[in-house]
Amino acid sequence: MTVLPLDLQILNTLAALLLLLSFAMLSQRRIVSLVNLLALQGAILCIATLLLAWRTGVNHLFVSAFMTLALKVLFLPWLLHRLIRRLGVYWDTESLLNLVGTMLVGVLIVIFSFGLAQPISALASTATRNSIGIAVAVILIAFLTMITRRKAMSQVVGFLSMENGLFFAAMSATNGMPMIVEFGIALDVLVAMLVLGVFFFQIREQFDSLDLKHFESLKEEQ
Amino acid sequence: MSELDWLVQLTGIAIALAAAPMFLGWVNQCRAWLQNKSAPHILQPYRGIRKLFHKDALIAENASRLFRLAPYIVFGAMVTAAAIIPSIATRLPFTQAADAIALVGLLATARVFVSLAAMDVGTAFGTLGARREMMIGFLAEPALLVVIFVASLTFTTTALPLIAERLSAQSFSLNPSLAFTAVAFTMVLLAENARIPVDNPATHLELTMIHEALLLEYSARHLALMEWAAALKLFNYACIGFAVFLPWGIATSHAPLNLALAVLLLSVKLLLAGAGLALIETLSAKLRVFRAPEFLATAFLFAVLGLLVRLLLGA
Repeated sequence: MTVLPLDLQILNTLAALLLLLSFAMLSQRRIVSLVNLLALQGAILCIATLLLAWRTGVNHLFVSAFMTLALKVLFLPWLLHRLIRRLGVYWDTESLLNLVGTMLVGVLIVIFSFGLAQPISALASTATRNSIGIAVAVILIAFLTMITRRKAMSQVVGFLSMENGLFFAAMSATNGMPMIVEFGIALDVLVAMLVLGVFFFQIREQFDSLDLKHFESLKEEQ
Repeated sequence: MSELDWLVQLTGIAIALAAAPMFLGWVNQCRAWLQNKSAPHILQPYRGIRKLFHKDALIAENASRLFRLAPYIVFGAMVTAAAIIPSIATRLPFTQAADAIALVGLLATARVFVSLAAMDVGTAFGTLGARREMMIGFLAEPALLVVIFVASLTFTTTALPLIAERLSAQSFSLNPSLAFTAVAFTMVLLAENARIPVDNPATHLELTMIHEALLLEYSARHLALMEWAAALKLFNYACIGFAVFLPWGIATSHAPLNLALAVLLLSVKLLLAGAGLALIETLSAKLRVFRAPEFLATAFLFAVLGLLVRLLLGA
Protein backbone atom coordinates (compact mmCIF):
# COMPACT_ATOMS: atom_id res chain seq x y z
CA MET A 1 0.00 0.00 0.00
CA THR A 2 1.44 3.34 -1.01
CA VAL A 3 1.36 6.01 1.65
CA LEU A 4 0.14 9.45 0.55
CA PRO A 5 1.86 12.63 1.71
CA LEU A 6 0.46 13.88 5.00
CA ASP A 7 -1.27 17.02 3.69
CA LEU A 8 -3.13 14.97 1.09
CA GLN A 9 -4.15 12.54 3.81
CA ILE A 10 -5.54 15.42 5.83
CA LEU A 11 -7.40 16.74 2.78
CA ASN A 12 -8.93 13.32 2.20
CA THR A 13 -9.96 13.10 5.85
CA LEU A 14 -11.56 16.54 5.64
CA ALA A 15 -13.43 15.46 2.50
CA ALA A 16 -14.68 12.37 4.32
CA LEU A 17 -15.77 14.56 7.24
CA LEU A 18 -17.70 16.83 4.86
CA LEU A 19 -19.58 13.80 3.57
CA LEU A 20 -20.26 12.66 7.13
CA LEU A 21 -21.60 16.10 8.04
CA SER A 22 -23.93 16.01 5.04
CA PHE A 23 -25.41 12.80 6.39
CA ALA A 24 -25.64 14.32 9.85
CA MET A 25 -27.60 17.22 8.36
CA LEU A 26 -29.82 14.82 6.47
CA SER A 27 -30.73 13.06 9.69
CA GLN A 28 -30.86 16.07 12.02
CA ARG A 29 -34.35 16.96 13.18
CA ARG A 30 -33.67 20.11 15.18
CA ILE A 31 -33.21 23.29 13.22
CA VAL A 32 -30.75 24.81 15.73
CA SER A 33 -28.43 21.82 15.46
CA LEU A 34 -28.87 21.93 11.69
CA VAL A 35 -27.48 25.48 11.61
CA ASN A 36 -24.59 24.45 13.87
CA LEU A 37 -23.79 21.57 11.54
CA LEU A 38 -23.81 24.01 8.63
CA ALA A 39 -21.32 26.24 10.45
CA LEU A 40 -19.14 23.20 11.16
CA GLN A 41 -19.28 22.21 7.50
CA GLY A 42 -18.17 25.73 6.59
CA ALA A 43 -15.31 25.51 9.07
CA ILE A 44 -14.07 22.23 7.62
CA LEU A 45 -14.34 23.71 4.14
CA CYS A 46 -12.31 26.71 5.32
CA ILE A 47 -9.56 24.48 6.75
CA ALA A 48 -9.48 22.42 3.55
CA THR A 49 -9.19 25.59 1.45
CA LEU A 50 -6.35 26.91 3.59
CA LEU A 51 -4.52 23.62 3.35
CA LEU A 52 -4.98 23.48 -0.41
CA ALA A 53 -3.84 27.09 -0.77
CA TRP A 54 -0.72 26.32 1.25
CA ARG A 55 -0.10 23.15 -0.73
CA THR A 56 -0.57 24.55 -4.22
CA GLY A 57 0.60 28.09 -3.57
CA VAL A 58 -2.48 29.50 -5.31
CA ASN A 59 -2.82 32.78 -3.48
CA HIS A 60 -6.42 33.65 -4.22
CA LEU A 61 -7.46 30.49 -2.34
CA PHE A 62 -6.37 32.27 0.85
CA VAL A 63 -8.89 34.97 0.03
CA SER A 64 -11.65 32.48 -0.55
CA ALA A 65 -10.76 30.66 2.67
CA PHE A 66 -11.11 33.94 4.50
CA MET A 67 -14.39 34.62 2.72
CA THR A 68 -15.67 31.16 3.70
CA LEU A 69 -14.75 31.84 7.29
CA ALA A 70 -16.38 35.23 7.42
CA LEU A 71 -19.50 34.34 5.48
CA LYS A 72 -20.28 30.67 6.06
CA VAL A 73 -18.82 30.08 9.49
CA LEU A 74 -19.59 33.35 11.21
CA PHE A 75 -22.10 35.62 9.50
CA LEU A 76 -24.71 33.30 7.96
CA PRO A 77 -25.03 30.99 11.00
CA TRP A 78 -25.32 34.07 13.21
CA LEU A 79 -28.01 35.45 10.91
CA LEU A 80 -29.85 32.12 10.88
CA HIS A 81 -29.70 31.81 14.66
CA ARG A 82 -31.06 35.30 14.96
CA LEU A 83 -33.89 34.49 12.55
CA ILE A 84 -34.69 31.31 14.49
CA ARG A 85 -34.90 33.29 17.71
CA ARG A 86 -37.07 35.99 16.21
CA LEU A 87 -39.36 33.57 14.43
CA GLY A 88 -39.43 31.16 17.36
CA VAL A 89 -39.04 28.06 15.19
CA TYR A 90 -36.85 25.58 17.01
CA TRP A 91 -38.28 22.35 15.66
CA ASP A 92 -38.60 20.84 12.27
CA THR A 93 -39.77 17.32 12.84
CA GLU A 94 -41.55 16.29 9.70
CA SER A 95 -39.32 14.94 7.03
CA LEU A 96 -41.25 13.29 4.24
CA LEU A 97 -39.54 9.91 4.30
CA ASN A 98 -38.57 8.10 7.49
CA LEU A 99 -35.03 8.43 8.77
CA VAL A 100 -33.66 5.04 7.77
CA GLY A 101 -35.21 5.33 4.29
CA THR A 102 -33.68 8.77 3.78
CA MET A 103 -30.29 7.45 4.87
CA LEU A 104 -30.47 4.57 2.41
CA VAL A 105 -31.39 6.97 -0.40
CA GLY A 106 -28.39 9.04 0.72
CA VAL A 107 -26.09 6.03 0.40
CA LEU A 108 -27.45 5.35 -3.09
CA ILE A 109 -26.80 9.00 -3.97
CA VAL A 110 -23.20 8.65 -2.83
CA ILE A 111 -22.69 5.57 -5.01
CA PHE A 112 -24.33 7.37 -7.95
CA SER A 113 -22.19 10.47 -7.58
CA PHE A 114 -19.01 8.45 -7.23
CA GLY A 115 -19.84 6.88 -10.57
CA LEU A 116 -20.73 10.27 -11.99
CA ALA A 117 -17.47 11.83 -10.87
CA GLN A 118 -15.22 9.07 -12.13
CA PRO A 119 -14.75 10.48 -15.70
CA ILE A 120 -14.29 14.01 -14.31
CA SER A 121 -11.66 12.75 -11.87
CA ALA A 122 -9.90 10.99 -14.71
CA LEU A 123 -9.62 14.27 -16.62
CA ALA A 124 -8.67 16.53 -13.72
CA SER A 125 -5.02 17.04 -12.98
CA THR A 126 -5.24 18.25 -9.39
CA ALA A 127 -3.98 16.16 -6.50
CA THR A 128 -7.40 16.32 -4.89
CA ARG A 129 -9.29 14.95 -7.89
CA ASN A 130 -10.48 11.94 -5.90
CA SER A 131 -12.60 14.25 -3.75
CA ILE A 132 -14.76 15.36 -6.70
CA GLY A 133 -17.05 12.40 -6.09
CA ILE A 134 -17.48 13.44 -2.48
CA ALA A 135 -18.20 17.02 -3.53
CA VAL A 136 -20.91 15.87 -5.96
CA ALA A 137 -22.33 13.65 -3.22
CA VAL A 138 -22.42 16.61 -0.81
CA ILE A 139 -24.33 18.67 -3.40
CA LEU A 140 -26.87 15.94 -4.10
CA ILE A 141 -27.38 15.08 -0.42
CA ALA A 142 -28.00 18.75 0.31
CA PHE A 143 -30.55 18.61 -2.50
CA LEU A 144 -32.14 15.59 -0.82
CA THR A 145 -32.19 17.49 2.48
CA MET A 146 -34.14 20.25 0.75
CA ILE A 147 -36.54 17.78 -0.85
CA THR A 148 -37.31 15.91 2.36
CA ARG A 149 -37.98 19.03 4.45
CA ARG A 150 -41.11 21.11 4.48
CA LYS A 151 -40.11 24.07 6.58
CA ALA A 152 -38.65 27.07 4.79
CA MET A 153 -35.84 27.39 7.32
CA SER A 154 -34.33 23.94 6.82
CA GLN A 155 -34.69 24.28 3.06
CA VAL A 156 -32.52 27.37 3.20
CA VAL A 157 -29.94 25.50 5.27
CA GLY A 158 -30.00 22.77 2.63
CA PHE A 159 -29.44 25.39 -0.05
CA LEU A 160 -26.42 26.80 1.79
CA SER A 161 -25.02 23.33 2.28
CA MET A 162 -25.40 22.77 -1.46
CA GLU A 163 -23.35 25.90 -2.07
CA ASN A 164 -20.65 24.46 0.22
CA GLY A 165 -20.64 21.36 -1.94
CA LEU A 166 -20.31 23.39 -5.13
CA PHE A 167 -17.41 25.33 -3.69
CA PHE A 168 -15.70 22.10 -2.66
CA ALA A 169 -16.28 20.60 -6.11
CA ALA A 170 -14.65 23.60 -7.80
CA MET A 171 -11.81 23.42 -5.33
CA SER A 172 -11.03 19.77 -5.87
CA ALA A 173 -11.47 19.83 -9.65
CA THR A 174 -9.58 22.99 -10.58
CA ASN A 175 -8.09 24.41 -7.37
CA GLY A 176 -10.90 26.91 -7.03
CA MET A 177 -12.93 29.10 -9.36
CA PRO A 178 -11.61 32.42 -10.68
CA MET A 179 -11.71 35.09 -8.03
CA ILE A 180 -14.38 37.16 -9.72
CA VAL A 181 -16.79 34.19 -9.94
CA GLU A 182 -16.21 33.38 -6.30
CA PHE A 183 -16.94 36.94 -5.27
CA GLY A 184 -20.08 36.86 -7.37
CA ILE A 185 -21.32 33.65 -5.77
CA ALA A 186 -20.52 34.88 -2.28
CA LEU A 187 -22.45 38.05 -2.93
CA ASP A 188 -25.31 36.02 -4.39
CA VAL A 189 -25.52 33.81 -1.33
CA LEU A 190 -25.34 36.79 0.97
CA VAL A 191 -28.07 38.71 -0.82
CA ALA A 192 -30.21 35.57 -1.21
CA MET A 193 -29.91 34.98 2.51
CA LEU A 194 -30.88 38.55 3.39
CA VAL A 195 -33.84 38.48 0.98
CA LEU A 196 -34.95 35.06 2.25
CA GLY A 197 -34.73 36.38 5.82
CA VAL A 198 -37.25 39.05 4.93
CA PHE A 199 -39.23 36.44 3.04
CA PHE A 200 -39.60 34.24 6.11
CA PHE A 201 -41.47 36.98 7.89
CA GLN A 202 -43.69 37.54 4.86
CA ILE A 203 -44.46 33.83 4.57
CA ARG A 204 -45.32 33.63 8.23
CA GLU A 205 -47.50 36.68 8.09
CA GLN A 206 -49.39 35.24 5.13
CA PHE A 207 -49.82 31.64 6.32
CA ASP A 208 -49.13 31.77 10.09
CA SER A 209 -46.49 29.10 9.57
CA LEU A 210 -43.23 28.41 7.78
CA ASP A 211 -44.54 25.13 6.43
CA LEU A 212 -44.25 25.22 2.66
CA LYS A 213 -47.11 22.82 2.08
CA HIS A 214 -49.39 25.83 2.46
CA PHE A 215 -47.96 27.07 -0.81
CA GLU A 216 -49.96 24.37 -2.53
CA SER A 217 -53.12 26.36 -1.86
CA LEU A 218 -51.71 29.13 -4.05
CA LYS A 219 -52.74 27.25 -7.21
CA GLU A 220 -55.36 28.82 -9.39
CA GLU A 221 -58.78 27.23 -9.09
CA GLN A 222 -59.59 25.07 -12.08
CA MET B 1 2.98 -26.07 14.52
CA SER B 2 5.32 -26.65 17.41
CA GLU B 3 4.43 -27.35 21.02
CA LEU B 4 5.28 -23.77 21.87
CA ASP B 5 2.52 -22.53 19.54
CA TRP B 6 -0.03 -24.70 21.30
CA LEU B 7 1.25 -23.59 24.67
CA VAL B 8 0.85 -19.93 23.72
CA GLN B 9 -2.59 -20.68 22.28
CA LEU B 10 -3.72 -22.36 25.51
CA THR B 11 -2.32 -19.48 27.54
CA GLY B 12 -4.26 -17.08 25.35
CA ILE B 13 -7.53 -18.93 25.98
CA ALA B 14 -6.78 -19.10 29.69
CA ILE B 15 -6.13 -15.36 29.77
CA ALA B 16 -9.41 -14.70 27.97
CA LEU B 17 -11.34 -16.95 30.37
CA ALA B 18 -9.76 -15.38 33.40
CA ALA B 19 -9.74 -11.78 32.27
CA ALA B 20 -13.26 -11.57 30.82
CA PRO B 21 -15.15 -11.32 34.14
CA MET B 22 -12.52 -8.92 35.44
CA PHE B 23 -12.98 -6.71 32.35
CA LEU B 24 -16.72 -6.68 33.04
CA GLY B 25 -15.99 -5.86 36.68
CA TRP B 26 -13.72 -3.01 35.59
CA VAL B 27 -16.42 -1.56 33.33
CA ASN B 28 -18.97 -1.78 36.15
CA GLN B 29 -16.53 -0.19 38.57
CA CYS B 30 -15.75 2.72 36.22
CA ARG B 31 -19.41 3.25 35.56
CA ALA B 32 -20.20 3.36 39.27
CA TRP B 33 -17.40 5.87 39.84
CA LEU B 34 -18.61 8.09 37.02
CA GLN B 35 -22.12 8.02 38.41
CA ASN B 36 -21.00 8.84 41.97
CA LYS B 37 -22.05 5.49 43.31
CA SER B 38 -19.95 3.30 45.55
CA ALA B 39 -18.39 0.83 43.14
CA PRO B 40 -18.66 -2.95 43.40
CA HIS B 41 -15.35 -4.74 43.78
CA ILE B 42 -13.57 -5.47 40.53
CA LEU B 43 -13.73 -9.20 41.33
CA GLN B 44 -17.50 -9.11 41.91
CA PRO B 45 -18.35 -11.00 38.68
CA TYR B 46 -16.12 -13.90 39.81
CA ARG B 47 -17.90 -14.02 43.14
CA GLY B 48 -21.24 -14.11 41.39
CA ILE B 49 -20.11 -16.93 39.14
CA ARG B 50 -18.64 -18.91 42.06
CA LYS B 51 -21.81 -18.50 44.07
CA LEU B 52 -23.90 -19.73 41.17
CA PHE B 53 -21.71 -22.80 40.66
CA HIS B 54 -22.36 -23.84 44.26
CA LYS B 55 -26.12 -23.74 43.95
CA ASP B 56 -28.51 -26.49 42.91
CA ALA B 57 -29.82 -26.13 39.40
CA LEU B 58 -33.56 -25.76 38.95
CA ILE B 59 -35.04 -26.40 35.56
CA ALA B 60 -38.58 -25.79 34.38
CA GLU B 61 -40.69 -28.95 34.00
CA ASN B 62 -41.38 -28.49 30.32
CA ALA B 63 -37.82 -27.58 29.37
CA SER B 64 -36.38 -29.72 26.60
CA ARG B 65 -32.86 -31.00 26.25
CA LEU B 66 -31.96 -27.93 24.21
CA PHE B 67 -32.50 -25.79 27.28
CA ARG B 68 -29.90 -27.79 29.23
CA LEU B 69 -27.45 -27.95 26.37
CA ALA B 70 -27.61 -24.30 25.32
CA PRO B 71 -25.33 -22.91 28.08
CA TYR B 72 -22.58 -25.36 27.16
CA ILE B 73 -22.94 -24.63 23.44
CA VAL B 74 -22.93 -20.87 23.99
CA PHE B 75 -19.99 -21.04 26.36
CA GLY B 76 -18.13 -23.33 23.97
CA ALA B 77 -18.79 -20.96 21.05
CA MET B 78 -17.44 -18.01 23.03
CA VAL B 79 -14.31 -19.92 24.09
CA THR B 80 -13.72 -20.97 20.46
CA ALA B 81 -14.18 -17.36 19.38
CA ALA B 82 -11.68 -16.27 22.03
CA ALA B 83 -9.23 -18.80 20.56
CA ILE B 84 -9.77 -17.53 17.01
CA ILE B 85 -9.39 -13.82 17.79
CA PRO B 86 -5.73 -12.81 17.95
CA SER B 87 -5.53 -11.13 21.34
CA ILE B 88 -1.89 -11.53 22.33
CA ALA B 89 -0.22 -13.29 19.39
CA THR B 90 -1.06 -13.64 15.70
CA ARG B 91 0.68 -16.83 14.62
CA LEU B 92 -1.35 -19.39 16.50
CA PRO B 93 -2.96 -22.67 15.38
CA PHE B 94 -6.55 -21.51 15.98
CA THR B 95 -6.25 -17.94 14.74
CA GLN B 96 -5.15 -19.24 11.37
CA ALA B 97 -7.90 -21.84 11.19
CA ALA B 98 -10.79 -19.43 10.69
CA ASP B 99 -11.23 -15.96 9.23
CA ALA B 100 -13.31 -13.03 10.41
CA ILE B 101 -16.44 -14.07 8.51
CA ALA B 102 -16.43 -17.50 10.15
CA LEU B 103 -16.01 -15.69 13.45
CA VAL B 104 -19.15 -13.63 12.81
CA GLY B 105 -20.92 -16.91 12.02
CA LEU B 106 -19.72 -18.40 15.29
CA LEU B 107 -21.07 -15.43 17.24
CA ALA B 108 -24.37 -15.78 15.35
CA THR B 109 -24.54 -19.47 16.35
CA ALA B 110 -24.27 -18.50 19.99
CA ARG B 111 -27.02 -15.93 19.52
CA VAL B 112 -29.35 -18.46 17.88
CA PHE B 113 -28.91 -20.93 20.72
CA VAL B 114 -29.45 -18.30 23.41
CA SER B 115 -32.67 -17.24 21.68
CA LEU B 116 -33.90 -20.81 21.12
CA ALA B 117 -33.26 -21.68 24.76
CA ALA B 118 -35.11 -18.56 25.87
CA MET B 119 -38.15 -19.56 23.79
CA ASP B 120 -37.93 -23.19 24.86
CA VAL B 121 -39.66 -22.88 28.23
CA GLY B 122 -42.44 -20.82 26.71
CA THR B 123 -42.65 -17.95 29.17
CA ALA B 124 -43.67 -14.57 27.84
CA PHE B 125 -40.46 -12.82 28.87
CA GLY B 126 -38.21 -15.41 27.30
CA THR B 127 -40.00 -15.15 23.98
CA LEU B 128 -39.99 -11.38 24.14
CA GLY B 129 -36.28 -11.30 24.91
CA ALA B 130 -35.53 -13.77 22.13
CA ARG B 131 -37.40 -11.69 19.58
CA ARG B 132 -35.65 -8.51 20.63
CA GLU B 133 -32.29 -10.27 20.57
CA MET B 134 -32.92 -11.47 17.03
CA MET B 135 -34.03 -8.00 15.94
CA ILE B 136 -30.84 -6.44 17.30
CA GLY B 137 -28.78 -9.27 15.89
CA PHE B 138 -30.05 -9.10 12.34
CA LEU B 139 -29.42 -5.36 12.25
CA ALA B 140 -26.02 -5.46 13.94
CA GLU B 141 -24.60 -8.31 11.91
CA PRO B 142 -24.54 -6.55 8.51
CA ALA B 143 -22.87 -3.54 10.11
CA LEU B 144 -20.24 -5.80 11.68
CA LEU B 145 -19.69 -7.56 8.36
CA VAL B 146 -19.24 -4.28 6.48
CA VAL B 147 -16.73 -3.18 9.14
CA ILE B 148 -14.78 -6.36 8.47
CA PHE B 149 -15.10 -5.88 4.70
CA VAL B 150 -13.52 -2.42 4.95
CA ALA B 151 -10.59 -3.84 6.88
CA SER B 152 -10.36 -6.71 4.39
CA LEU B 153 -10.35 -4.31 1.45
CA THR B 154 -7.63 -2.21 3.04
CA PHE B 155 -5.38 -5.12 3.90
CA THR B 156 -6.53 -7.60 1.20
CA THR B 157 -7.30 -10.40 3.60
CA THR B 158 -10.22 -11.55 5.73
CA ALA B 159 -8.00 -13.21 8.30
CA LEU B 160 -7.92 -11.21 11.54
CA PRO B 161 -4.29 -12.04 12.43
CA LEU B 162 -3.08 -10.85 9.01
CA ILE B 163 -5.13 -7.65 9.29
CA ALA B 164 -3.58 -7.03 12.70
CA GLU B 165 -0.07 -7.75 11.45
CA ARG B 166 -0.34 -5.57 8.36
CA LEU B 167 -1.89 -2.65 10.21
CA SER B 168 0.75 -2.72 12.93
CA ALA B 169 3.51 -2.96 10.32
CA GLN B 170 2.15 0.06 8.41
CA SER B 171 3.64 3.48 9.01
CA PHE B 172 1.32 6.05 10.51
CA SER B 173 -1.29 7.46 8.16
CA LEU B 174 -4.66 9.12 8.58
CA ASN B 175 -7.33 6.69 7.55
CA PRO B 176 -10.85 8.16 7.44
CA SER B 177 -12.44 4.89 6.35
CA LEU B 178 -11.00 3.00 9.32
CA ALA B 179 -12.06 5.86 11.61
CA PHE B 180 -15.66 5.64 10.34
CA THR B 181 -15.72 1.89 10.71
CA ALA B 182 -14.26 2.18 14.22
CA VAL B 183 -17.27 4.31 15.18
CA ALA B 184 -19.58 1.76 13.53
CA PHE B 185 -17.85 -1.06 15.36
CA THR B 186 -18.21 0.68 18.72
CA MET B 187 -21.94 1.06 18.11
CA VAL B 188 -22.25 -2.62 17.15
CA LEU B 189 -20.29 -3.56 20.28
CA LEU B 190 -22.70 -1.58 22.46
CA ALA B 191 -25.74 -3.16 20.81
CA GLU B 192 -24.47 -6.73 20.74
CA ASN B 193 -23.32 -6.72 24.33
CA ALA B 194 -26.54 -5.22 25.67
CA ARG B 195 -24.82 -2.04 26.85
CA ILE B 196 -26.66 1.14 27.57
CA PRO B 197 -28.01 2.91 24.52
CA VAL B 198 -29.69 -0.34 23.50
CA ASP B 199 -30.14 -2.33 26.70
CA ASN B 200 -29.38 -1.64 30.33
CA PRO B 201 -27.34 -4.47 31.84
CA ALA B 202 -28.04 -3.32 35.39
CA THR B 203 -31.82 -3.64 35.37
CA HIS B 204 -34.52 -6.27 35.34
CA LEU B 205 -37.22 -3.88 34.24
CA GLU B 206 -39.62 -5.94 32.15
CA LEU B 207 -40.35 -3.46 29.42
CA THR B 208 -36.78 -2.71 28.45
CA MET B 209 -34.63 -5.73 29.15
CA ILE B 210 -33.17 -7.88 26.43
CA HIS B 211 -30.19 -9.76 27.79
CA GLU B 212 -31.72 -10.40 31.20
CA ALA B 213 -35.00 -11.59 29.69
CA LEU B 214 -33.12 -14.27 27.80
CA LEU B 215 -31.56 -15.69 30.96
CA LEU B 216 -34.61 -15.39 33.19
CA GLU B 217 -35.29 -19.14 33.39
CA TYR B 218 -31.71 -20.18 34.05
CA SER B 219 -30.28 -20.88 37.49
CA ALA B 220 -27.12 -22.12 39.17
CA ARG B 221 -24.37 -23.52 36.93
CA HIS B 222 -26.31 -22.88 33.73
CA LEU B 223 -26.75 -19.25 34.64
CA ALA B 224 -23.09 -19.05 35.69
CA LEU B 225 -22.02 -20.35 32.29
CA MET B 226 -24.35 -17.94 30.51
CA GLU B 227 -23.07 -14.97 32.52
CA TRP B 228 -19.49 -16.02 31.95
CA ALA B 229 -20.21 -16.41 28.23
CA ALA B 230 -21.69 -12.89 28.19
CA ALA B 231 -18.52 -11.52 29.83
CA LEU B 232 -16.45 -13.47 27.30
CA LYS B 233 -18.52 -12.00 24.49
CA LEU B 234 -17.73 -8.47 25.63
CA PHE B 235 -14.06 -9.40 25.94
CA ASN B 236 -14.10 -10.98 22.48
CA TYR B 237 -15.66 -7.93 20.88
CA ALA B 238 -13.07 -5.71 22.55
CA CYS B 239 -10.32 -7.96 21.21
CA ILE B 240 -11.80 -7.91 17.68
CA GLY B 241 -11.73 -4.12 17.93
CA PHE B 242 -8.10 -4.16 19.05
CA ALA B 243 -7.11 -6.55 16.26
CA VAL B 244 -8.74 -4.45 13.54
CA PHE B 245 -8.11 -0.92 14.80
CA LEU B 246 -5.38 -0.94 17.47
CA PRO B 247 -3.14 -3.93 16.88
CA TRP B 248 0.06 -2.26 18.04
CA GLY B 249 2.07 -4.39 20.41
CA ILE B 250 0.55 -7.72 19.38
CA ALA B 251 3.20 -10.45 19.26
CA THR B 252 4.07 -11.72 15.79
CA SER B 253 6.69 -14.13 17.09
CA HIS B 254 6.84 -16.22 20.23
CA ALA B 255 9.83 -14.68 21.87
CA PRO B 256 9.03 -14.46 25.61
CA LEU B 257 9.77 -10.73 25.69
CA ASN B 258 7.31 -10.02 22.84
CA LEU B 259 4.62 -12.09 24.52
CA ALA B 260 5.11 -10.35 27.85
CA LEU B 261 4.89 -6.98 26.11
CA ALA B 262 1.75 -8.10 24.26
CA VAL B 263 0.03 -9.16 27.48
CA LEU B 264 1.01 -5.89 29.13
CA LEU B 265 -0.27 -3.79 26.22
CA LEU B 266 -3.46 -5.85 26.02
CA SER B 267 -4.21 -5.08 29.66
CA VAL B 268 -3.52 -1.37 29.10
CA LYS B 269 -5.84 -1.37 26.08
CA LEU B 270 -8.52 -3.21 28.03
CA LEU B 271 -8.27 -0.74 30.90
CA LEU B 272 -8.68 2.20 28.52
CA ALA B 273 -11.45 0.51 26.52
CA GLY B 274 -13.34 -0.34 29.70
CA ALA B 275 -13.11 3.22 30.94
CA GLY B 276 -14.23 4.49 27.53
CA LEU B 277 -17.16 2.08 27.49
CA ALA B 278 -18.22 3.23 30.96
CA LEU B 279 -17.97 6.83 29.81
CA ILE B 280 -20.19 6.20 26.76
CA GLU B 281 -22.70 4.37 28.93
CA THR B 282 -22.79 7.18 31.45
CA LEU B 283 -23.18 9.92 28.86
CA SER B 284 -25.93 8.34 26.82
CA ALA B 285 -29.51 7.57 27.75
CA LYS B 286 -31.14 4.28 27.00
CA LEU B 287 -33.06 4.30 23.74
CA ARG B 288 -36.57 2.99 23.44
CA VAL B 289 -36.51 -0.47 21.92
CA PHE B 290 -38.10 0.85 18.76
CA ARG B 291 -35.35 3.41 18.36
CA ALA B 292 -32.71 0.66 18.41
CA PRO B 293 -33.11 0.01 14.65
CA GLU B 294 -32.29 3.67 14.02
CA PHE B 295 -29.18 3.36 16.20
CA LEU B 296 -28.04 0.30 14.31
CA ALA B 297 -28.94 1.82 10.95
CA THR B 298 -26.61 4.68 11.86
CA ALA B 299 -23.90 2.14 12.65
CA PHE B 300 -24.51 0.49 9.28
CA LEU B 301 -24.39 3.90 7.60
CA PHE B 302 -21.03 4.67 9.21
CA ALA B 303 -19.66 1.33 8.06
CA VAL B 304 -20.97 1.81 4.51
CA LEU B 305 -19.59 5.35 4.40
CA GLY B 306 -16.25 3.93 5.47
CA LEU B 307 -16.48 1.43 2.63
CA LEU B 308 -17.42 4.10 0.06
CA VAL B 309 -14.71 6.49 1.21
CA ARG B 310 -12.25 3.64 1.05
CA LEU B 311 -13.31 2.80 -2.52
CA LEU B 312 -13.26 6.38 -3.75
CA LEU B 313 -10.33 7.99 -2.00
CA GLY B 314 -8.31 4.84 -1.67
CA ALA B 315 -7.64 6.04 1.86
